[in-house]
Amino acid sequence: MTETKKTLFASGHRACPGCGVPIAVRSILNATGSNVVVVSSTGCLETFSSPIDLSSWEVPWIHSVFENAPTVATGVLEALNSKGNPNNTKVVAICGDGATNDIGFGALSGMLERGDDVLYICYDNEAYMNTGVQTSGATPYGATTTTSPSGEYSFGRDRTKKDLCRIALEHGVKYVATASISDLKDLERKVKKGLEVEGSAYIQVLTTCNIGWGFDSSRAVEVARLAVETGVFPIYEYENGELTNVKKLKEKKAAKEYLSCQKRYKHLFADEEKNKEHLDYIEQLTVQNVTKYGILASK
Amino acid sequence: MKERISVIEGSMAVAEAIRACNPGVISAYPISPQTHIVEYISDFVADGTYKGRFVRVDSEFSAASAVHGASAGGARAYTASSSQGLLLMCEVLYNSASTRLPIVYTGVNRTISAPISIQPDHQDTMALRDTGMIQIHVESLQEAYDAHIQAFRIAEDEDVLLPVMICMDGWTLTHAFEPVKRFSDKDVKEFVGEYKPVQFLNPKNPITYGAFADEDKLMEFKYLMVQAHEKAKEKIVEVASEYKEKFGHYDGGLIDEYRTEDAEIIVLAMGSVVSTVRAAVDELRESGKKVGLVKIRSFRPFPKEAIIKACKNAKLLAVIDKSLSLDVGGILVSDVKTTFYNEDKKPLIASFIAGIGGKEINRKVVKDIVADAEEIAQKGKVEKDSIFVNLNTQFI
Ligand SMILES: Cc1ncc(C[n+]2csc(CCOP(=O)(O)OP(=O)(O)O)c2C)c(N)n1
Ligand SMILES: [Mg+2]
Repeated sequence: MTETKKTLFASGHRACPGCGVPIAVRSILNATGSNVVVVSSTGCLETFSSPIDLSSWEVPWIHSVFENAPTVATGVLEALNSKGNPNNTKVVAICGDGATNDIGFGALSGMLERGDDVLYICYDNEAYMNTGVQTSGATPYGATTTTSPSGEYSFGRDRTKKDLCRIALEHGVKYVATASISDLKDLERKVKKGLEVEGSAYIQVLTTCNIGWGFDSSRAVEVARLAVETGVFPIYEYENGELTNVKKLKEKKAAKEYLSCQKRYKHLFADEEKNKEHLDYIEQLTVQNVTKYGILASK
Repeated sequence: MKERISVIEGSMAVAEAIRACNPGVISAYPISPQTHIVEYISDFVADGTYKGRFVRVDSEFSAASAVHGASAGGARAYTASSSQGLLLMCEVLYNSASTRLPIVYTGVNRTISAPISIQPDHQDTMALRDTGMIQIHVESLQEAYDAHIQAFRIAEDEDVLLPVMICMDGWTLTHAFEPVKRFSDKDVKEFVGEYKPVQFLNPKNPITYGAFADEDKLMEFKYLMVQAHEKAKEKIVEVASEYKEKFGHYDGGLIDEYRTEDAEIIVLAMGSVVSTVRAAVDELRESGKKVGLVKIRSFRPFPKEAIIKACKNAKLLAVIDKSLSLDVGGILVSDVKTTFYNEDKKPLIASFIAGIGGKEINRKVVKDIVADAEEIAQKGKVEKDSIFVNLNTQFI
C-alpha cells in the first residue's frame, strides 16, 4: 500500500465534484501545518466542510457570519496575544471573493489598516457560488451569472473585476500575492511567505467553479491554467510594495481560448460580430496585464 | 476587604469594574452615550493599569466580531455600545450567543432613529431580546458596578455559557455622578476568578466552531440554550449571594420587590426609572395608598416565577415600558401578561408607554400613572391596550 501524507483537510466533505476550492485548501494547510487557527466566512467552503460531526478541519477552525471573518481573525489573534502566544500560533483567514470584495470589505479594510498579523487568503471563484452563482465584485467583465445574465439588453457583467490586490497594497500590506490551483507548489510557497511576514498579508487564489463557470468537472486545473496562460489572471508577488516576482509566460495565449471553454461566456460567441467590442476589450485587459506585470519572458 | 466610596461618573464605575475583571481582549467603537466607558478604558491602556489587548475597530459590527473571535480564542472579552451601534452588532450577537461564547457587553440604552436622537429609552436592547444573550437592567451606578463584576461569573459558568449584556440607561446612568463603593482590583479579580475556558480554538485540540447544522440538530441547539437560560436564573441569584458574602452588600438577583406585601397596585419597571418609582411609592404610601414596586432586573432570562410570587395578590399591575412593539404595545408588559395568562389567580395588567426618546418620567408622572391605574382597578377592567404617557398632543 502506498503511504499517504496526513492531510489537515480531511476528505469526505460535500464539495461538488470538480470544485477547485478543496484543492487550494489542502495546499494551504500543507503550508501552514497544524499550529494555526483558521477563520472562514459563510460560503461554499464553510458549507461543504463543516457539517456538525463531519467537519473536515483537522486544525482549529471558526466560522461566524458572512462578512466578519477579518475581525473574527483579529479577535482570535488578540486572544493569543493576550497570553503572549507562546507557541507562535498563526491565524489564517480563508474566505470567498464575495465576502472579501463586497460584504466583508469594510472589515477587511479595517484589519489591513491595523496591520493585524493575519494571513488573509481569498479563494476567488468569481461569484457568490454558495447561493447559486450571483455576481460579486470579483466577477469578470462579460461573464454571465444569475444576476447578470445575458439578453437582448445585456452582455453579462458590465464592469471589470475589482482589483483587491491593489487595494490591499494601498493599505501598506507588506505581502500581497496571487496564485492559482494550477500551481500548488507556488501556492504553498506563497502561503509560507505570507505567514513569515509580520503584520497582514493578502493572497488571492483562483479557484475554479465548474458549476458556475460551466465546464466539465474533470477540467478544473486545466481551466485555471488557461486563466494564467492567457493573462486573464496574472500570478505575481509584491513584497513591501515592490513587485518582486511574476510567473512568466513564453507566449501569451489569446483570451478567447480561455473564454470559449466556459459556458459563462458562451453568449459572447453566439454572435461574435455583435460582441466583438466586448471580446476585444477582454483581450485588451489581458494585454494590459501582460505589460503591467512584465509577464512575457524576454527572449 | 479594601473598599473605597467616592463620587464618580457612571461610565467610570463600569470602566473600573471591567478593568478589575481583567478581560484579555476589549474592543469597541464610539457612539454616544457609550463613549465615556471606552475612553476611560483607553486611558487605562495608556497608563498601563489595563494590560489586556484593546482593539480599535472600524465599526460596532467589527467590535462584536472581534470579541467573538477573542472569546472563541480563549480570552475573556468585553465590548459596549448603544442604539444604532447595537443594531449594527445584531447579526453577530445572535451568532455569539448560539456559539455559547461568554462575552460581557454593556448595552448603554439609547433610542433608535428615525428621528435621530441620543436620548435614552430601551428600544435598542429590546431589539436584541431574542439573540439568546442574558440581559440585566440596572438602576444605579452602584448596581452598574456590581452587575458588571457579577456578569462574568454568570456568563462563564459551565452550565450557562451565554453572553451577558448589562443594560444601563444612557446619560441618566452613564453620565451621572453618584457615590459608588468600589473594591480593590485584587479582590474583584479573586471574586471573578481567572478565566478558564471550557474549550477554545486550540491547535493541540482542534475543534470546529460555527459548524453547519441540518434540521436534525438545529432546534436542539436552541433547546439547549433554553435550558441554559433556566440555569442562569439560579446562577444570577447564587452569584449575587456570593457577592454579598464577599463584599458585604446584596445587589443582584432576578427582581427586587419594594413594599409589595399588601400592595393593591404594583408598578413594574426596569432601569433608572425604578429609583423615581420607588420615591413616588414612598410618597403615595404616606398618603395611605397601597402601592408597591417590582423592579425587573433580569429581563432575559425572564423571572416568571418570581414575578408571580411577588404580584399575584395585587389588584392591578401597572407596567412601564420604555420600548414599543408597534400595534401590540409595550414589550415588557407583553411578557408580564404571558406570565400570568395560565395562572388561576391573576391581577389586571395595564400598560403604560413612557419615557420613549427620553421623555421625562419624574415622580409626578409616576403618580399620574398610579392614579390612572387606580381608576382602571376600580372599574375592574382594562379597556385600553396601552396608555401613552404625556403625549404631546399639539404635535400629533
Ligand atoms: C448577511 C448575509 N447576506 C447574504 C448571505 C447569503 N450568502 C451566503 S454565502 C453567499 C455567497 C458567498 O460568496 P463567496 O464569498 O464568493 O463564497 P462562495 O460561495 O463563492 O464560496 C451569500 C450571498 C448571508 N449568509 N449573510
Ligand atoms: Mg465566490
